[in-house]
Formats: sequence, structure tokens, C-alpha cells
Amino acid sequence: MNKPLRRIAIFCGLLVLALLIRDNWLQYVKADSLREDPDNRRVLIARYATPRGDIIVDGKAITGHAETTSGDFKYKRTYKDGAMWAPVTGFVSQSYGATQLESIEDGILTGTDDRLFFRNTLDMLTGKPKEGGNVVTTLNAAAQKAAYDGLKKQGGKGAVAAIEPSTGKILALASYPSYDPSTIAGGSDSDAEAWKKLDKKNNPDDPSLNRALREVYPPGSTFKVVTAAAALENGLYKSADEKTDSPLPWTMPGTTTPLKNEGNIPCKNATLRVALQYSCNTVFGKVGSDLGNEKMLEEAKKFGFTEEQFTPVRSSSSVFSDDMNPSQTALSSIGQYNTAATPLQMAMVASAVANNGTLMKPYMVDSLQAPNVDTLEKTEPEKMSEPLSAENAQILQSMMETVVQKGTGTTAQIQGVTVGGKTGTAQHGENNSKNPYAWFISYAKVGDSAPVAVAVVVQDDNAVRENISGSGLAAPIAKSVMEAVIDSKK
Amino acid sequence: MSSSTSNTSTHHTSTIGAIGAPSRRNTELALLVFAVLIPVFAYANVGLAIDDQVPTGLLSYGLGLGLLAGVAHLVVRKFAPYADPLMLPLATLLNGLGLVAIWRLDQSKLLQQIHVAGGKATNQLIYTAMGIALFAVVLVFLKDHRVLQRYTYISMVGALVLLLLPLVPGLGANITYGAKIWIQVGSFTIQPGEFAKIVLAVFFAGYLMVKRDALALASRRFMGLYLPRGRDLGPIIVVWMMSILILVFETDLGTSLLFFGMFIIMLYVATERTSWIVFGLLMSAAGAVGVASFEPHVQTRVQAWLNPMHEYLLSRNGSNDGLVHSEQAMQALWAFGSGGTLGTGWGQGHSELIRFAANSDFILATFGEELGLAGLMAILLIYGLIVERGVRTALAARDPFGKLLAIGLSGAFALQVFVVAGGVMGLIPLTGMTMPFLAYGGSSVIANWALIGILIRISDTARRPAPAPAPSPDAEMTQVVRPS
Repeated sequence: MNKPLRRIAIFCGLLVLALLIRDNWLQYVKADSLREDPDNRRVLIARYATPRGDIIVDGKAITGHAETTSGDFKYKRTYKDGAMWAPVTGFVSQSYGATQLESIEDGILTGTDDRLFFRNTLDMLTGKPKEGGNVVTTLNAAAQKAAYDGLKKQGGKGAVAAIEPSTGKILALASYPSYDPSTIAGGSDSDAEAWKKLDKKNNPDDPSLNRALREVYPPGSTFKVVTAAAALENGLYKSADEKTDSPLPWTMPGTTTPLKNEGNIPCKNATLRVALQYSCNTVFGKVGSDLGNEKMLEEAKKFGFTEEQFTPVRSSSSVFSDDMNPSQTALSSIGQYNTAATPLQMAMVASAVANNGTLMKPYMVDSLQAPNVDTLEKTEPEKMSEPLSAENAQILQSMMETVVQKGTGTTAQIQGVTVGGKTGTAQHGENNSKNPYAWFISYAKVGDSAPVAVAVVVQDDNAVRENISGSGLAAPIAKSVMEAVIDSKK
Repeated sequence: MSSSTSNTSTHHTSTIGAIGAPSRRNTELALLVFAVLIPVFAYANVGLAIDDQVPTGLLSYGLGLGLLAGVAHLVVRKFAPYADPLMLPLATLLNGLGLVAIWRLDQSKLLQQIHVAGGKATNQLIYTAMGIALFAVVLVFLKDHRVLQRYTYISMVGALVLLLLPLVPGLGANITYGAKIWIQVGSFTIQPGEFAKIVLAVFFAGYLMVKRDALALASRRFMGLYLPRGRDLGPIIVVWMMSILILVFETDLGTSLLFFGMFIIMLYVATERTSWIVFGLLMSAAGAVGVASFEPHVQTRVQAWLNPMHEYLLSRNGSNDGLVHSEQAMQALWAFGSGGTLGTGWGQGHSELIRFAANSDFILATFGEELGLAGLMAILLIYGLIVERGVRTALAARDPFGKLLAIGLSGAFALQVFVVAGGVMGLIPLTGMTMPFLAYGGSSVIANWALIGILIRISDTARRPAPAPAPSPDAEMTQVVRPS
């Protein structure tokens, strides 16, 4: 009987061997893919097991963390002034994932980024728990507060984007109405309820929309700055004070429709300076149609139109069409028809003019820090394009400064500071049925340098229609943002 | 222990002849110390990982396990002095580690909420005590395993009754999804299949010992195989039918496979005819495929085995096909994968995500995740060692009944380990059985201690020195220098 017994012994050995091989397959060969399988809840448990790194503004964290009392996710994100900073941070939620900066820099914030690998390995050996790194932003807390408070005081909906022209650093990025990402950070029922309320279907205000980056508005007359730049760059007119060839009334080519100005303003053969000062539709409409679709598009593209910007948070691409007839080009050149821009885009326009024609790539992450605050990566300012020559930029600056000194933008004047700007009131709705958007773009100059360029858009459905103007609604907000930046530099 | 040591030496000198083997009781004792200490350290480890402190129950737990191991050792020393020295420590180690894992899962809030865990370790310690008690009873009252031979046909009836109990209306408890292998007595649930395993082995051993000549010799040769006569096919067909019935009515692939496999192994050993293996494989394949073609419960298990992720999503998102889908198979795979080579360490994994049966059928996943590939391979090798000692006992046994019984029990043990571990690791479809000694559950622990008790009894008989005809002076010399 011993011979079959020995064979059975071998058979039993084979059974154990099969188990061992299977075990090696599971726990060695397939281990990584199983461990990192997004459906494996351990991935999320680990993600929330340690406090998340912070997002930092002006040396202070605008985020924090709290221990949750229920469930298997230990820490959740908290935000200080969450509604104000939401367009910068985005959110990270135990139930709904992460967006914007929280999502893009997730690796650093959770501490899983490859650049932290060596440090993590050391920590593991010394028994220290894994920590997340920090994201240091370029934002300016005072400017952000001025922007958000201004929008809030104004009511309605709106957005502000502010940039440091010489570097492209984003100083303020506000959107109103906003939401507090803290309310959806956890995994509880109240978080689910808050999430449901944020849904556009349940909330026509759409508070979770980042209007500063992700919404395009017709820029209206603020786009005339781009048109003026195109006129100067293409040599259509050589100076701000040269008479233009601008009949009044002016019928758009190929149509019988005359382009209208707002009110009775001196636009006949007006110089570019006067035309910008009074915001002449006829002058800039004709400039656009004289230059043609192609040249206008080329200039708009140099300012960043038609492309998404990655700050690193993505902004929507602003629109300037490429298939327009002369009358459509004329309308587009005064910021109507298809032309649409994000607030960030219009801030970039003001910024390029203020920086003597050089557009710097806008960015909001200054540096990434390891948990021990060593810098892992620093963003260097980067030139994006040169929409206009320094000479032409200075001509355009003097025109924009005239607008603020004695034109439509006097409400943005700041004592002892040179401010250049442009108002805009863009029609929207079927047949201009809805209240228009009020725009203001501007920059401030202290001495030779321009510390800030800003774009403000306000959409107030409840305001009296006649009271809506870039000068009345948007310019005061731009002014307080510029003041906040200048004050914080002192 | 010095007194008992000297005791054994005296024993040696007085009875051992020329062919005497050392009793190895002290080896067993030394190994037992490790088998108790390792789980005690593991227990402390769980407490430190979860609560940052040495668990308050450490002393009572250590003493409890130590006491049980000590009692078992003393019983072996007294009633089976020549028994295999490895089986008791190996079983104790597995039992102790199982207790630690059960206690570790008791700490999980999630499992407490769904009443899978919480105070289960204490229950398991009580079951272990009952198991050791049964182990002692076996060794004290079963002086010679050949006595069991007398009960061959009573065993057959007993096994049938045990196997059919879950089908009796009012007794059967449907507590696992689908499989009906439990009975409910008062507040207790019993898995009679675990006991049936032993009783059935006794019946097969007794029956085959008597019939083996007929089965082995009366056959025709055909294509290199010895074909059994038609009437000799009777028993194998009866057992096959029984396995099929279990599969159909209790919908448990594991139990069915275990009993049929055990019978084939014993039949092969008894007759030394390879043809039985071929027949056995063909019949089990036919049975499994046949039943799987119409039994939805078995089909879901096969589906879950082939595509665990699909089954997971069905369970997650809810499906209305009328079948019970479970995410367990996929959760177990994730647990193994997340453990990786070295594991997360005691108490630091998340095997509670398996939820239902996390501390019983799926307990191996906890070991896989927290002790890693290294730890789990060690566990599997311990099982392998137990089986190997069982087979060695069969080889050493001097009587055919003992050989058959030992190989039947060890073979069943090996098959059970393979079926359960293979199922949990996704090597084969999942079945409703549990890992011997590791998993939570009274029936399993008690029955397996009895199984080890019988194997120890057989090994004691096998290794006991035969009375020497006439001691020679040389033998006396050899004996003096032998370490003991």
C-alpha cells in the first residue's frame, strides 16, 4: 500500500504547490495592479488616512483638515473662507473626487508624488507617517478679498481676475456666487445634501462654476483695446492722436445697417484716443472691418484668444471667429457677435498692454513644497507672446489712461497712481433682451512698473437696466482690487 | 517538566528494545512553546497597531492558549507517548493565529455594525477548549484506532445522517448565501459536514479494507487500464451519487468535492489501481459540469470565479436577475494584492471590506493582506506540513485500516485546505467551507481537533516500538547514549 501512499503524498504536495504559485501570482505579480485598482477602496482609505497638505496664500494656509467621526476615511479637507477661495482651490471631497488645483496638485498634496518618493521611503524606515506637501500660490489675499467682497456687495453674478503684468502671477481669481467646498468635503449625508444643492439643475445660480476661468462672456467695448492694438500693430494708424477715417453714421459693409454708438458722442473721424475715451463703436467697428477677419484674429490670438490657458488650472478658450464677413468682423471687433472671453483673458489683455507689449504666461502656483517646506519645484515667469511692440504698447497705455482720466472710466481713478482702463457693456440675450454684462479692464502703474492688471465682469439681472455700465458696476471693484495690490506692496 | 522527562527516560529503559524510536515528547513541548508564543506576540502586535497599546487581554489570552496547549501536551505524553511530535504544535500554532486574526477583526467597527465580528475571539477560545477536550477524549478513550473498524457500518449511517441533517426542515439554517450546510440547534449553528468528514473516513477505511482485494484483483485490462467489474463499481457510484446529491440539495461544491475526493484517494490506496483515479476524475468532472449546467447557485460561483470584477459591479450596482451576487471574491483578491510581499502588518489592513464571512470563510484574506506573501506562504506550508505528517503516519502505520484511515483524514484535510484557499485566492470557484483551525466557527475547530487526535493516535501506534524478542547487549549500549 505504500506506493500509492507516496503518490498521494506527491499529489498533496502538488496541491500545496498550486496554492503557493497562485499566492505568488496574486501577491507578487498582480499585487501592484490590485493594490492600485481604483475600485479597491484601500486606495481611497489611504488617500484620506493622512492629513492633506495645504494650499498657501501669502504664507498662510487657506486650507486645513479635520478628523471625521464616521466611516473609514480618517481626514477630510476644510477650507478657510472657502467661498472666497473656491475658484482657486477647487474642492476635494471624500465622495465626489477633486477638481482644479486640488486635483492637479493631488500628488503633492497627498504626498504620493514621485518627487516625494525618496522622502517617503525614509519616513517609512524611520516610522514617520506619510505627509502631504504644500502648494504655494501666487495669489494676493488682500486683492482676493477686495475682489470677492466687491462682487458680493454688488450682488448678481460676476468674476474678477487680476494678474501681475511683469510676471503673469495671478493675484486674484474670484467668482460670485460661490460655494464653500468645506460643505462637500466629507462623506456624510449633509455633504450629499450640499452637493445636491450645488447641482446646476437645482440651483440656477450655479455657484460651483468658476466664472473667472471657465465662463466666457461677450467682452463688449473692452475688446476695443485689442482692436486698437491691431490697428497700431498693422500700421493702420500710427499714433493715438491721428485722425481716423471714420464716417458717422457708418453703414457696415455689405449691409444696410448702420452701426450705432451709445448716445451722441464725437466719433466722426475721431482719433483712436478720443474713440477709446468715448467708446466709439463706429470707429473700432470700421477698424476691424478695414483690417479684416484674418488680421484681427491674428492679433486676438497673440493676446491668448482661441486657446485654453493652463494656470495650471485650465481656463476655457476665449472666442474670436475665423470665418466672418466684414460686417461680422466689425461687430466682433467691438466685442459683440461671436466674440467671447473669460475674465482671465481680458486681464491678460490689460496685462500685456501694461507690460509694454509683452504677455507673460499667467500662473497661480508659485512653488510646490515638500512636507518639511523644502521647495520641490518653483515656477519661473515665462513669456507667452508679444501682442504689440513696446512703442505701440505705450501709445495704447496713454489712450487707456485718458479713458480713466476723462473718459468712461473715471470711477477707477486712484489718488497718486496712474490707472489705465477700458469699460465695456456687452449686450446679451435674444435681441439684447437680458441685462447687459458690465465689464472693466484696467491696470495700475506705480512709477515705471505696473504691479497689477485686472478684469471685472458683473452680470446683474436685478439692476435697473439704465444704471448698468462698466463704469458704474465693474470699475469700482477693479479699483479696490488695484488698491489692495498697491497697498500690499508698500 | 523535569519530573516527566525523567519519567519518560525510565519508561524507555524499561520497555524499549533494539528497534525503539525516541518518543520526541520534549521536542513537541519545545515546539509548543513557540506555537504559543508566536500568537501571543501577534496578539500584542494587533493591539499596538490598532490602539497603540498592549491589549489588556494579553495575559489571559496567553495563559488560556498556553493552558490548552499544555493540557493537550500532557494528554499526548501520557496516552500517546510515541505520537508524531509536529502535529500538535502545528495545529496549536494555526489555532492561535486564527484566534489573533478573529480578535483583530473583532476590532473592526464595520464588521461590528453588521454583526460579523465583536466578541468572536472569546467564542472561538471556548470552541478551541471544546476542541482540545474532544482531542483529549479521543486520546484517552481510543486506546487503539483499530477499535473504530468495528463501527464501519454504524459510521456509514452516521455520516449519512450528518450529511442530510441540513436538509431536514426546521433544522437546516440558511445562513450563508445559498449553501445549505448548516443546522440550527437553539442558538447554535453547527456545520455537520465537518464531523461527517471524520465519520466518513472511518467508514471508507473499514469498508475498503474488507473489499480491497475484490476491487483490486477482479478486473479486466483494457487499453492499459484495469477496468473494475460492474458490480464492484457499486460503491463508487453510491458515493458519487451522494456527492451529487449534496451538490444539488445543499448546493455546496466544496463538501461534495471533498467527500468524493477523499473516497477516490482511499480507493486508490486500497486497491493500488490507477484506473480508479481516472474513473474518479471523469465522474467528478461529469457531476460538476452536469450540476453547474442547471444549478444557479453554482453558476454564480463559477461566474464570480471567472470574472470577479463583473460580479463585484453587479453586487455594487444592484442587479435584478434574481441571483445573489457578492462582491466578496473581488474584495478578497484586493486584500491579497494590497498585502503584497510583506503585508501591511497585523491590524493595519482593511480585510473588513470583505464584510460577510470575513472572519470565517475568508479569513485567509486577512492573513494575506496583513502578513503578506511571506506570511501566507508560511501558513500554507504549515498546512502542507500537517498533511505531510499525516501521510507519513499512514506510511508508518502497520495495519491497513490505520493506513487507510490516516491517508483518508490527511487527504481530506489537504483537499479542504486546497478547496478553501484556492477558492478564496480565486484559483477555483469559491465554496462554503472554512480553513481548518484558522477560521471562526465551532464545528470546524472541534472536528479538526478530533481529526488531529485520531492521526496522533494512529501515529502513536505506528511509532510505538514493537516488543523486542531478546534485548542484546549492543542495544543496551545504543540506548544509553541516546539523547532523550
